[in-house]
Amino acid sequence: MSAVLSTLLALQPDPATAERVPDVVTTGEAIAFWVLGPLALAGALGMLFAKNAVHSALWLVLTMLSLGVLYMVQQAPFLGFVQIIVYTGAIMMLFLFVLMMVGRDSSDSVVEVLRGQRLAAAVLGVGFAGLVVGSLARALTEVQPVGLVEQNTVNGGNVANIGASLFTDWLFPFELTSALLITAAIGAMILAFSDRHGKAGKKTQKQLVEERFKTTRVGSLPGPGVFATANSVATPALLPDGSVAPESLSELIEATAKETLDDDVAEVAGTGHEADAHALKGGES
Amino acid sequence: MTTQELLADDPIWLILIKVVGIFAFLVVMTLFMINWERKVVARMQHRPGPNRVGPNGWLQSLADGLKLAFKEDIRPVLADKWVFFLAPVISCIPAFLAFSVIPLGGEVTMFGEKTALQLVDLPVGVLVVLACSSLGVYGIVLSGWASGSPYPLLGALRSAAQVISYEIAMGLSIVAVVMYSHSLSTAEIVKAQESGWFGWLLFPSFLIYVISMVGETNRAPFDLPEAESELVGGFHTEYSSLKFALFFLAEYVNMVTVSALATTLFLGGWRAPWPLSAIGDGMLNTGWWPLLWFVGKTLFFLFIFIWLRGTLPRLRYDQFMRLGWKVLVPASLIWIVLVATVRAWKTEGGFTTQQLLIVFGVVVGILLLVSVLLPDKKPVDQNAVPLAGWGYPVPPLDLKVPKAGPKKSVKAAKLPKEKAAVTSGKEAGDGNA
Repeated sequence: MSAVLSTLLALQPDPATAERVPDVVTTGEAIAFWVLGPLALAGALGMLFAKNAVHSALWLVLTMLSLGVLYMVQQAPFLGFVQIIVYTGAIMMLFLFVLMMVGRDSSDSVVEVLRGQRLAAAVLGVGFAGLVVGSLARALTEVQPVGLVEQNTVNGGNVANIGASLFTDWLFPFELTSALLITAAIGAMILAFSDRHGKAGKKTQKQLVEERFKTTRVGSLPGPGVFATANSVATPALLPDGSVAPESLSELIEATAKETLDDDVAEVAGTGHEADAHALKGGES
Repeated sequence: MTTQELLADDPIWLILIKVVGIFAFLVVMTLFMINWERKVVARMQHRPGPNRVGPNGWLQSLADGLKLAFKEDIRPVLADKWVFFLAPVISCIPAFLAFSVIPLGGEVTMFGEKTALQLVDLPVGVLVVLACSSLGVYGIVLSGWASGSPYPLLGALRSAAQVISYEIAMGLSIVAVVMYSHSLSTAEIVKAQESGWFGWLLFPSFLIYVISMVGETNRAPFDLPEAESELVGGFHTEYSSLKFALFFLAEYVNMVTVSALATTLFLGGWRAPWPLSAIGDGMLNTGWWPLLWFVGKTLFFLFIFIWLRGTLPRLRYDQFMRLGWKVLVPASLIWIVLVATVRAWKTEGGFTTQQLLIVFGVVVGILLLVSVLLPDKKPVDQNAVPLAGWGYPVPPLDLKVPKAGPKKSVKAAKLPKEKAAVTSGKEAGDGNA
């Protein structure tokens, strides 16, 4: 997909000779469109039909990259690169991050979490589709395209003009969008914070270590004994006077009747049943 | 004539020469860097370093690269076939792509054609580098996921969080530079530094950029995605042969790219350093000389990379994130506000001594107020556990052996009478004897 990106560098219309009628499609533009259009479409279809969630995300990345390059070819380099940085670089990366945290093999839950969720989704989806079709139809019939040549050459060029109109004419929608984003960020922070600092929250490393220092035993329990002849967990550690250190004994092992371990003892001692080296498979014989 | 106009009429063969030249430059820099790093780190640790292959050992990395190509290419059974193959490619291509906007020099004449030592000069040049670095993370993240084993996955998760966090700090550090140069184009930024480097003028931005560029390229002391002591090899644990070589290449090319961008943004790009720039009326800023200064400055940053690696231990993950989010990001936000205020004032016609004194007085007053409101030393809690310097408890230092706790009674099985063994192993009995 980055190979596509490199083609843009050759196709980028240079500002010096960018004097064209908006309706004329140049050869370079046509080639770029017929390469990128199918790629974007393939990405969208791949996203729908891929079985694996991560593959779906990757197909979507392809679509977004193609769109970004299309913007650049259409003389909107800032929009194109911001599309790549924000959507491909940040948002899809967060998507992937979540997918990986959830696990690669987890499947979609079919349970409706919110009541009426599907109905609402269907209504809103149809409504959104109507909006898109309406605005697209209007854009194709009524709006006269003027091209970006003027915007890209006067008043400091593309970036400066976007900045100027964003912070003067469109300041309110811009601030509204950032308010939305900040609300989302604060919501996420509250969720994470109450998880950690609530009553049943996880103790910090410091709290844990201070608790431990208030008990009589600061260090860890003695491990099992390790001698030249034994390193089994069942071997007790010995105190300096040669007696057994009771804390090193495993409750589980001590509570097991000796008879149940007879086979293991025999095997370790070398007195048990020897495996037949030529047997094709192990097991009872 | 701007660089954009200069580059606009490049014939296709010249563009091809530049592309091949940049590719060769980056690959040679990678081979050189690997050797240089090993030699410098070795010198810092009082050992000779590679000195067998080639003159003084300088062909060691070439030999290693050739060997790597002939190794067996292993794909784990659980790996995701396509993504596993795609990941090293994805991490490699953006690394090379980002270098296309870096200005290596000013106006030169190549084979009778007037051009600039730069492949393209987009009006959004700096964003290209940011976009490429954000695409490069995909390589790391996907490699970790596609390997189908836990260590690479952990490395990939760390890397995703790390690079996104440090990209924010990096982007914010660039903002001040853009404010001063009025352009995102790299050539314009170099041009704006004719009178003085932004590294001096915007020192906090420079500092933040240098720190975040180390975080962005996953280099020590921020090399958490491939922390050897915790994650075996991190995201590339399962990779071998040429695929591994591609990751290696991408890492070093990224280092060269961020160093080159640091040079461009803060150290005047290809402009000669101060005393030299005065020689012969700026003679050293023309022709092919700039290439020398550019490579020199880039090598300076690369040396810092090596120096850091040889000096600092790896950070713990939470410390690393705290540095990024609680120090670098707020610091650069405050700095941007400061820079914007000063610039706004300047465009309003500068400020008089009276205004300056008022601002100074208000700042000092606020500082005094804050210092008065700050609480005194906290009373020491007598019952508290004694703390070490970092806030963690220390064991008692009075050399008294702490008393053992109450003896725990062990649940014992009902054993046959003849032997009251504590253990069940034969060797254990021997050990006790």
